[in-house]
Amino acid sequence: MIDALPPGLILILGGLLIPLLRGRAQAIAAVILPVLGFAQLLMLEPGSFFHLQLFDYQLTVVRVDRLSLVFGYIFHIAAFLTAVYALNVRDGVQHCSAMVYVGSAVGAVFAGDLITLFIYWELTAVTSVFLIWASRTERAFRAGMRYLIIQVGSGVVLLAGVIFHVSATGSLDFDQLIGADGLLRSASVGVVLIFVAFGIKCAFPLLHPWLQDSYPESTPTGTVFLSIFTTKLAIYALARGFPGTDCLIWIGATMTAFPIFFAVIENDLRRVLTYSLNNQLGFMVLGIGIGTKMALNGAVSYAFANIIFEGLLFMAMGAVLLRTGTCKGSELGGLYKSMPLTTAFCMVGAASISAFPFLSGFVTKSMILDETAAGGHTIAWLVLLFASAGVFHHSGIKIPFFAFFAHDAGFRVKEAPRPMLVAMAAMALGCVLIGVFPGLLYSILPFSVDYHPYTTTHVVTQYQLLLFSALAFTVLKVTGIYPAEMRSINLDVDWVYRKALPAMIRSIARLGGRIGERLYGVVSAQLDWAYRVIYRLHGPTGVFARTWNTGAIAFWAVMGLFGFLLLYLWGR
Amino acid sequence: MNEEKKYWLDERRNVNKVIYGLYTVCAVVGLIDLFPYKHHLHFRFEYWPGFFSLYGFIACFGLVLAAKQLRKIVMRDEDYYD
Repeated sequence: MIDALPPGLILILGGLLIPLLRGRAQAIAAVILPVLGFAQLLMLEPGSFFHLQLFDYQLTVVRVDRLSLVFGYIFHIAAFLTAVYALNVRDGVQHCSAMVYVGSAVGAVFAGDLITLFIYWELTAVTSVFLIWASRTERAFRAGMRYLIIQVGSGVVLLAGVIFHVSATGSLDFDQLIGADGLLRSASVGVVLIFVAFGIKCAFPLLHPWLQDSYPESTPTGTVFLSIFTTKLAIYALARGFPGTDCLIWIGATMTAFPIFFAVIENDLRRVLTYSLNNQLGFMVLGIGIGTKMALNGAVSYAFANIIFEGLLFMAMGAVLLRTGTCKGSELGGLYKSMPLTTAFCMVGAASISAFPFLSGFVTKSMILDETAAGGHTIAWLVLLFASAGVFHHSGIKIPFFAFFAHDAGFRVKEAPRPMLVAMAAMALGCVLIGVFPGLLYSILPFSVDYHPYTTTHVVTQYQLLLFSALAFTVLKVTGIYPAEMRSINLDVDWVYRKALPAMIRSIARLGGRIGERLYGVVSAQLDWAYRVIYRLHGPTGVFARTWNTGAIAFWAVMGLFGFLLLYLWGR
Repeated sequence: MNEEKKYWLDERRNVNKVIYGLYTVCAVVGLIDLFPYKHHLHFRFEYWPGFFSLYGFIACFGLVLAAKQLRKIVMRDEDYYD
C-alpha cells in the first residue's frame, strides 16, 4: 500500500492534514511523517514508475536510482531530526509548510521527467516561504516576498527552458542534459535556461543573494529546514543534468572563495552560516563540474555530510537565538557557561565542516579535492585549499568563538530545550559516525568507491592546514588586528534590487514626469493652435460656416456650362 | 550573583595556556615536514616542506586583512534598508 504512492507524497499529504490536529500532536505528526516516508524508500526498487500521459508526452513521475536514493535518504533523515528539533514549536503553519516543503523536495529528487520536476520545483518555493514568514515580522515578510519572487522566477526560467528543450528534442526525460563535450556554449537555448534555473536555486555567484537575504529572517527552526532542502535539491539537479559541465569548475571555485570574505565581516551569525552554506555548495558544484565518477561521488557525499553538519550549526545558532533573543556576534559571548551542551554539539559541527580528520567533512570533501588535483586543475585546487582554510576560519572558529566564548556578554540563560539537544546530539553523532566509518556513506553513493581518506599524508597535511589557520586567527586576535564584531550589515548583490533598481525606477519616474510635463506643454500648445485654425475656418464666423444661396449656385453652374459651350464651338 | 561559579577560562592565565598549547601543537605538526612522509600527491609543490602549514596561515591572514578592507566598501548601518 505504502509503495503505491510516489515518494514525497506521504509528507505532502500528511503535511496538509497537520492543521487538522491540535497542540503538540502537530509537532509529533511532523516527526512521524519522515519515518513513514523513509520506510517507503526502503521498499522502493530501482526503476521508473507512475507513467502518465500528457498530450503527446509521457511523464515519469518516479525514477528510482542510486543518485535519487542518496538524496531521498538524507532528506528524510534530516527532516526527521529537524522535526525533532522543532518539537516544542506550537505553530501549525510551520509544521505543515515544512512537511509539504520537504515532500516537494523529495518528489523533485525522484522526478523522472522535466515537467514533474518543474511542478515540485515550484512547490518547494511556494511552501518554504511560509517558514520565512513564520517569524511574523515586517522584515521577514519583505524578505519572504523577495525570496518568493526569485524562487518562483527560477521555476519560470526552468519552464521556459523545458519548453525550448522539448520542442527541440521531443524528449521530456530528466537525464544528462549537457552534451558529451561538457560545454555550455554548444548547448541549446533550452538547456542553458534550465542551467540558469538550477543556478539560481543553487546560489551561483551573482545569483546568490536571496540565500543570505532570506534564510536568516526565518524562525530558529525554520532556518534549519530551509538550509537543507532547496540548495541541495539544486545540487541534485545539477548532478543529474550537468555532470562534467566545464564552466561549473570555475563557478564552483568562485563560489567557494568569495562568500568567505563576507562571512568574516558579517555580524549576524546565522547569516555567517548562509555565506558558509554558499561556500560549501561551491565545493559540490565544482565536483559536479569535474564530472568523473569519483568527483560526483565526492559532490554527492559532501552534500550528504553537509546537510548534517551545516544543519547542526544552524540548530546550535537557532538554540542561541531562542534562548538569548539574538544571533549577533557583537552581542553574544560566553554562552558556554550556560549552554555547555549546545556549545559541545556546535563545536562538533564546526570541526566537521572544517574537515577535521575523523569527522564527516574530511572523508567526503577530500574526494573532491583529490579529483580536482588529479584532473590537473591547479588554480581551482589552490582556490579550494584557500576556501578550506577559510571555512575553518569563519564556520569552524568564528561561529563557536563569538557565540560561546570571546568576552562574556553576561547572558545567564537556560540550556537549549531537550528536543533541540536530542536533535543536535543525533546530528553530532552522525558527523562522527560518517567520519569514523566512511564506508557506511560510501556504500550508498551513486558509483562504487575505491577511496581511502586515512593516509598519513592526508591526515598530517590536513592538520597542518587547519592548525596553522587557527594560528593565524590567534595571532590576529592577540595582536588586535582581527576586526571586531560590529552592529552593522554588509551590502551584497541584493543591493542592486533592494536599493539601486528602486532608486533608478524612482528617478526614471521623476524624469518621465518632467518629460511628460514638457511634452504636455508642447502638445497642448499645438492643439491650441490647431483648435484656433479650425475655429477660424469652421467657427460661427468662419468661411466654411457661411450659408450660400441657391441663386448664386445656379448662376455659377450656368456660367460653367456656358464656358463649356464656348470651348466646344471653338474646337470645331 | 556573587557566588557565581568561576570558570577555568575566566582566568587569563588559562587562556594563555590554551594559546601556548596551540603554538606548541603547531610547531610539532609543522616540523613533521622534516621527515619524508608525503606520498601520492598530485603537484610537486605539495611536497615542499611547510607548504600546507604556510598556505593555511597565509590564506587566513590574507583573508582577514582583505575582509577588513572589504568592510570599508560594503559596511552600512543596520537600518540601511529600512
